[in-house]
Parts: sequence; structure tokens; C-alpha cells
Amino acid sequence: MNAVDSALARPVARLLSGNHACALGAVAAGCRFFAGYPITPSSEVAERLSRMLPLADGVFIQMEDEIASLAAVIGASMGGVKAMTATSGPGFSLKQENLGYAAGAEIPCVIVDVMRGGPSTGMPTRPAQGDIMQTRWGSHGDYPIIVLAPASVREIYDETIRAFNLAEAFRTPVVVLYDQAIAQLTETVDLPGADEVRRVERKWASGPRESYLPYAAGEDGIPPMSRPGSGYRTHTTGLTHAENGFPTQKPEVVERNQTRLLTKLQKHRAQIDSVETLGCEDADVLIVAIGIGARAARRAVALARERGVKAGLFRPITLWPFPENALREAAANARAVLVPEMNAGQLRLEVERILRATPVHGLNRYDGEPIAPAAIADRTEELARERR
Amino acid sequence: MLDTAADFDVRKYLRLEMMPHFLCPGCGHGIALRALLWALDEIGIDKDRLAVVSGIGCAGRLSAYIDANTFHVTHGRPLAYATGLALARPDLHVVVISGDGDCLAIGGNHLIHACRRNLKLTCLMLNNEIYGMTGGQVSPTTSESMLTTTTPLGNSEPAFDACALAAAAGAGFVAREVTHHVPKLKELIREGLEHPGFAFIEVLTDCTEIFGRKNDLGTSPEMILRQKSEIRPSAYRDTVDTPFRSTDLRTGVLSRNERPEYGSAYRTAAAAAKASAGEALGK
Repeated sequence: MNAVDSALARPVARLLSGNHACALGAVAAGCRFFAGYPITPSSEVAERLSRMLPLADGVFIQMEDEIASLAAVIGASMGGVKAMTATSGPGFSLKQENLGYAAGAEIPCVIVDVMRGGPSTGMPTRPAQGDIMQTRWGSHGDYPIIVLAPASVREIYDETIRAFNLAEAFRTPVVVLYDQAIAQLTETVDLPGADEVRRVERKWASGPRESYLPYAAGEDGIPPMSRPGSGYRTHTTGLTHAENGFPTQKPEVVERNQTRLLTKLQKHRAQIDSVETLGCEDADVLIVAIGIGARAARRAVALARERGVKAGLFRPITLWPFPENALREAAANARAVLVPEMNAGQLRLEVERILRATPVHGLNRYDGEPIAPAAIADRTEELARERR
Repeated sequence: MLDTAADFDVRKYLRLEMMPHFLCPGCGHGIALRALLWALDEIGIDKDRLAVVSGIGCAGRLSAYIDANTFHVTHGRPLAYATGLALARPDLHVVVISGDGDCLAIGGNHLIHACRRNLKLTCLMLNNEIYGMTGGQVSPTTSESMLTTTTPLGNSEPAFDACALAAAAGAGFVAREVTHHVPKLKELIREGLEHPGFAFIEVLTDCTEIFGRKNDLGTSPEMILRQKSEIRPSAYRDTVDTPFRSTDLRTGVLSRNERPEYGSAYRTAAAAAKASAGEALGK
């Protein structure tokens, strides 16, 4: 056991920031390669890992830019090593090219995106939630992706581990999305011991080379990967490829392989989906929120209920693919839905798409300040009275 | 002493099921590929331990023909992908194949930092002076006054000297050769592959179909002979030979240094840190 593993072996309460919890979670999940580029407010993830990884027989490297960081991460993962990068909105924009490559070539990797005010350089030290749509649609073309949205320091630790497990299990990039407020918030957290952490390992190719097709999948839709050095000598490309890994433009082959790629996560939604619900059963007004906004909303539910308003909270922890069925179930009895978010209305678009029959209202703030519980409670109460 | 090509069977390293290849008739890239495979064969690098990472463009397509672990990645980024792969898997032999647009334009930042970092990688940059795959646009190495589809008035930008750039950025091994001198090219690639740090090898290749046709440069043999007559072997370093040789480009080994290799330097520092600092981590 290396020094980092033994340091993480026992359960312990720690005072940690969200970014440091992310670094600890990554190492606990088996991450042994990190490439990054300095950017506020995510740099503490890189700083912490630059100390931890050399001691865990891993590699840390600060690359020349954001693009190179994700490229190096994918390169390491193609070599069979669990790998991660961390950034914020402007850097995440630059990573879209290689994120699309990882999605299309099905290379597992984890990308942490700590949201700050935008567009462009925006407000580097202020929280925001403006990357909700970028995490889903940022790269060109159609592709599957998983995005996890933790709301506390402990949850950042857990969701970073889950991100690695989902990436390895389903050969996909996974984004861990949180905002500056949680990233640099320091909380006391109880961390589990290393033996309590469940680690998922990649499914590796086996059997004779002659019959191995690198993109042929069984019922589960996930093709086993070949590790360089194991004798398979396969080809990996960002070009649209056939089961043998080589480029193709034959419509029927493209259709077959693209359909498998685009639907592969659907078969595993039970493992991927994760939500928190609070008071949804009898809620007249359902609040849908993520991250730091959801923490304010949790308090707002209590405030509203003190005022006699039946409020509930639906929090997608897995943000993409969006847990549609769970939302429909949570909103079954709601007469109105409120979506407080720190942007001009991104999450609301998805909620509206799913809940066509229920009025969906936004509560938006994009001035660099978090939304306060009282503001959410007040709007919830207004909606409850309007709907009577 | 230079070996003869007769002893080397290139088919041993090719994915023959991928033939016929898609390069244009007369393209010099195949000659460069053959020289690379010949050098790999001479050193005796195990195909299972060989990883070839290539970018986008005509040169980028070459990796698909090599019977090894091959990765055809995004435009300009093969050095960045290769950096991650080589650091994560020091047991692999990592070769990068790039073109002049891939390596010097969109990938220029990655090139200078790969040179500076001096991680053990061998980068083969095939310079045909043109963006061939996209139909013949001007590249950072297009000679002045040449016609391309985006320089209809003649190119008025000066060309990059890629080897001078790589040497200035600190690459451990820098060399250039033309495709006319195949055994010599093979020797240079071999030296690059055996160099402990970052090796940059530029190969001047001919793009007959697109660049040559646009500029009336003749057939492929004529283009190759012109390249041969224009370049200056490094042995001629101090000879003033204008107007007989019209370019400043020299061939041969142009720069070499013995700076520490990045990967082993990192692993050494990590081992030292591990020996002393374990318990500080949990704090």
C-alpha cells in the first residue's frame, strides 16, 4: 500500500474545501494521472493532486493549456490509467474538442468543471451555474455524456468517486459539475475508509486477437477496451468508425455504430440516475435546483412549510442524462414548479421540456451572489397563493 | 555505413488489410513512413510496445497503416495526447506523426512545450508545405510567393524553420532530411528513436497532386530532385553556396543536447518524496 492509500485508509473527520475533497475522492477512486492548467476557482484540485499523486505512484502534470490538459488525460486513459482534469467555464469551453473525442472514441475520463460567472472571463471568483447546458451540448455532434452535480463538500468526494466508476464502467467522459461557492467552501466532513470505497475497473479485452473487434459490444452496449502492450494493437480514431475501429462512411455501418453509442447509457440508467427529493409527496410547489442553489432551496422548503405552504425539493445529483422519470414522479401532485438557478434560465428549459402540463417558473440571479433561502421561500409562497 | 533497403520487409509493420492506402500518387509521405518502419525494425522495437499517435491531415492518416497501438487524435494535439500516454505508460515506445499545419499552426503551442519539457517522444513532422487534405491552403511552411488556394496572389508570409524553432525551444534531438535520401533519413529517425529525450525530425516531402500541380512543379521525381538540390547538408554548414542552393534549410542532425529527460526526472523526484513524506499527506 502506498503512502496516500494508507493516509486515506481509515475513516476520519476532516476540515476540507470542496476542491480538496475532489482531489481526495479522485485518489480514493484510483485516479493515477492528472493533467491541468491553472484556472480560478478550480486550481486547488490541481495543487492538492500535485502533492498526492507522486506519492501514490501516479503522475501529475501541468500542461501548456486547457486543450492539452484534456488531451494528456485522454492519452493516459488510452494507456489504461484512470485520469482526470479540472477547470472552470473558460477552460471547459476550450476542452470541448477533446471532450467530443473522448465521447466518440469512448475513452473513460473525468473532467471537473467548477462554475464561475460568465460569459467569457466573467467573474472568476464568484459563483454561478452557467455551464449547465455547456456540459451537455458543448461539443459538436450528438454524443452521450454523464454529468454529476454535487451540492456539498462530502458529496463532491462521493460524486468524484462515482464519476470514475461510471466513466470506467461505461467508457464515457464524466463531468463533475459544481460552483465556486462549494468549491471553496470549507466544511467538516466524515470521510469513509479506503476499504469502504467501491472502485469499478474497466472491462478489458480478452480472447484471441483475430476475433477481437474494439467497438463490438454485447448486450450491455459497452465494448471491452484493449490495453496497449496486451497484444491487440488496435486503432483509435475520432473519425466515425466501424466495429473494427477503422474509419467508415458506409451509412448502414455508421448508423449501427452511432446508434449503439448514442443509446449505450440508456441501458444503465438505474446505475447512473441519482436524485435527492424532499417533501415532494404532498408538494403544491416543487422546487428544482442543483448545487449551492439546492442548499438554499432545502432551507426554503422548511421556511415555506413554516408558513403553511406545501413545498418540495427535487435535486438531480446526476444532472445529465437528466432523470426525467424521477422528476415526473416528484412533480405528480405539484401545481407549479420553481427553478431557482444562478444563470438566466438553463435548468428551467429542461424542466419545461419534461413537465409540459405544469407551469414552470424561474428565479434567476446572475450577479455573482448566491440565491438566498428567503428569496426562494418568498417566490414559492407567491406561487402557492397564485395557484389557489 | 548505410544499410540497403533490400533486407527490410516493410509489410511486417503494415496493416495489409488497410491497402490500398489513400495517399495520392507521387505523395512523399509513404517514403517517410517506410523510413520510420525501417528504423523501428533495425532497433527491434516490439510492435506490441509501440504506440503511434497522429494528428489530422494527410500525415495524420498514416498511423492507421501501422501494425501497432495506433491513435489518430484531434487536430494539432498528438503531442499532448502522447505526453499523457508516455507519462502514464513509460514502458511504451511513443512515436508522434504530424504534418506542418498540424504541428506548427494549430499545434504550435504543444510543439514548443514538448521541446521544452524534453519528455521521451519521437516526433516525425512531415512537411509538404501545404494543407493537402483540405484542398491545398497555405501552411506555416509554404515557401514565399507560392500559389495555394488561399494565396491566389502568391504567399507573402515567410515560412517557419521548424528545426530552428524546435532547437530554440530545447528539443533534445533535432534533425531534417528529404525523402530522396531514404537510408540517411532512416538513420536520422533511428538516432531520434534512440535519443533519451524529445526528438524532433522534420521530413521534407512532396505534395505532387495539390501543391505541385498548383505551382507547376512537375512530377514527383522532379519535385524530390528539386528538394534534394535545394537543401544544404549540415556538413556544408559554413559554405557560402548561393545562388546554387536557394533555401537556408539544412539537413542532418541540427541540434542535440543531453538535458534531463522529463519522465525519469519526475519519477526520481517522486521516489524521493515518497521515501520521506508519506504521513504529511493526510494533514
